[in-house]
Amino acid sequence: MSTTFPSGGAPAAAPVMPDVMPTRIARKGITGYIFRNPTIAIGGFLLLLLIFVAVFAPFLWTKDPTALAPAMRTRAPSERWWFGTDMLGRDVYSRVLYGTRVSLIVGFGVAFFASVIGLTIGLISGFVRWADSIIMRVMDGLMSIPSILLAIALMALTRGSVGNVILAITVAEIPRVSRLVRGVVLSLREQPYVEAAIASGTRTPVIIWRHILPNTLAPMIVQATYICASAMIAEAILSFIGAGTPPIIPSWGNIMAEGRALWQVKPYIVFFPAIFLSITVLAVNLVGDGLRDSLDPRLAKRV
Amino acid sequence: MFAYIVRRILATIPVMAIVALFVFSLLYIAPGDPAAVIAGDQATPADVERIRASLGLDRPFVVRFGEWVFRIIQGDLGLSIFTNLPVTRMIAQRIEPTLSLMVVTLVLAITIAVPMGVVAAWKSGSLIDRMVMGFAVLGFSVPVFVVGYLLAYVFALELDWLPVQGYTPISNGLWPWFQNLILPAVALGGVYIALIARITRATMMEILQQDYIRTARAKGAGQTTILFLHALKNAAVPIVTIIGIGLAGLIGGAVVTESVFAIPGLGRLTVDAILRRDYPVIQGVILLFSFVYVLVNLLIDLSYTLFDPRIRY
Repeated sequence: MSTTFPSGGAPAAAPVMPDVMPTRIARKGITGYIFRNPTIAIGGFLLLLLIFVAVFAPFLWTKDPTALAPAMRTRAPSERWWFGTDMLGRDVYSRVLYGTRVSLIVGFGVAFFASVIGLTIGLISGFVRWADSIIMRVMDGLMSIPSILLAIALMALTRGSVGNVILAITVAEIPRVSRLVRGVVLSLREQPYVEAAIASGTRTPVIIWRHILPNTLAPMIVQATYICASAMIAEAILSFIGAGTPPIIPSWGNIMAEGRALWQVKPYIVFFPAIFLSITVLAVNLVGDGLRDSLDPRLAKRV
Repeated sequence: MFAYIVRRILATIPVMAIVALFVFSLLYIAPGDPAAVIAGDQATPADVERIRASLGLDRPFVVRFGEWVFRIIQGDLGLSIFTNLPVTRMIAQRIEPTLSLMVVTLVLAITIAVPMGVVAAWKSGSLIDRMVMGFAVLGFSVPVFVVGYLLAYVFALELDWLPVQGYTPISNGLWPWFQNLILPAVALGGVYIALIARITRATMMEILQQDYIRTARAKGAGQTTILFLHALKNAAVPIVTIIGIGLAGLIGGAVVTESVFAIPGLGRLTVDAILRRDYPVIQGVILLFSFVYVLVNLLIDLSYTLFDPRIRY
């Protein structure tokens, strides 16, 4: 009798808490989340700030980013031109702020499309045995072309536009996502609960929807953030070498490409978009690292 | 072992075939009709048709692809649309700077990243470890041209220690050659260093937990001996693998680095070819880079037995 748990009879006395305990209780709500995941918080804050800048670019004391002012060429940063002007007299501050739009659209766009298409291909590859070897050989082939070169080759075929940039980088990113999803699917298929579902006669689409898909989501989301970061860099590289966003649309790569000829005397034209690009990619990577650590603690240890 | 090598070499054939098919399709669907360009403005549709037939452009896709592959195997990559020179000769003229840049970057990255990763794993959780990991995140986030311009601005323009741009052939002396490559190699190596350091740290942390490390420590082996002889040797396989995989990023980065530092290599050739829509040159460069990438990763696969005798095929 003395060893039974206090399920009946006299209620168990509440343990006496020492005074120091309350400080150790985990904070709840948003503040708690921020304290537990500082990298997501910092990255997320920077990212929100950049989204704000992209959306409200016209209201943030910018001028028309394409307005030429030949008389005001290559002015150094000052009170009137915060980031100076370029060789055509355009306001670099306005161009850099508007450039945020292209970078974010390409980053999020590629992350979305590459995830959806890669997920589909990966699921097919993991479930349809005869298609698997064909799909994976094609992916091996595409992966052996360095992704920037693949995107460059695709851009060489088409006119420069934001849509085509997204398309080209997406194609270059798909093989990696497909491989990741296929790997997850193959390991999940061996799990007892999936085997049980198969044995009890569950149809394949239901198995995919109910048992496989939810488990691929966590690694997918983490992968999507890294794709977003690398797509932003890829867009800047493509625009920088003249194979990306058309020159009329201000993008960070374009601004740097235009500032390149003058950079030894007017370095600020190159440096301002460079700083914005680095901070944006850093923010996305921080969110990715934070998500990786909080969604899958096993991954955190590995890399 | 021999059978494995043969099998592994044969396995690269379908991969290269996919690459070739992709690269050929690129030219096939490329806008612009070569026959119409050659015929000129005055040509009638019949003239264009005749030139097309004489060039063999009217034959089916599969036939043309087969012929094209056959010529590539013989070492003929076609003629540049812009300069009318053989693509192989144009590549040969530009290969030295790119090869130099890649080799210097590779050596630099490995000699910096591996010790960084080892020390971070050894002192895991310490300030040094956190600095290495912080550097890795930065290395992934700051694009190669940003690092390039920053380095060139500080070390070439402000401090005047190194040349700003350009390339000196190795035949002009080792030091002038190396001097020109330091800044581009550091800029290009950033991401690579971050990648290798992270993998080295992760692998080393796992290995330092192993029993044989404890045994080595118990028999009185020095810290350096344990880290670099016992542990690093066993961490070699993942590290060498990531070096091979990272080569793809290095090739892509080289294209940009050459633009930033005005190095007349294959990257510049690619960029110029894109701006002129010179498809045979684009094809040739992509084929070459992919071939090198596949070849290096094949060699790395085969080298595993050297690092780890337990791996037998």
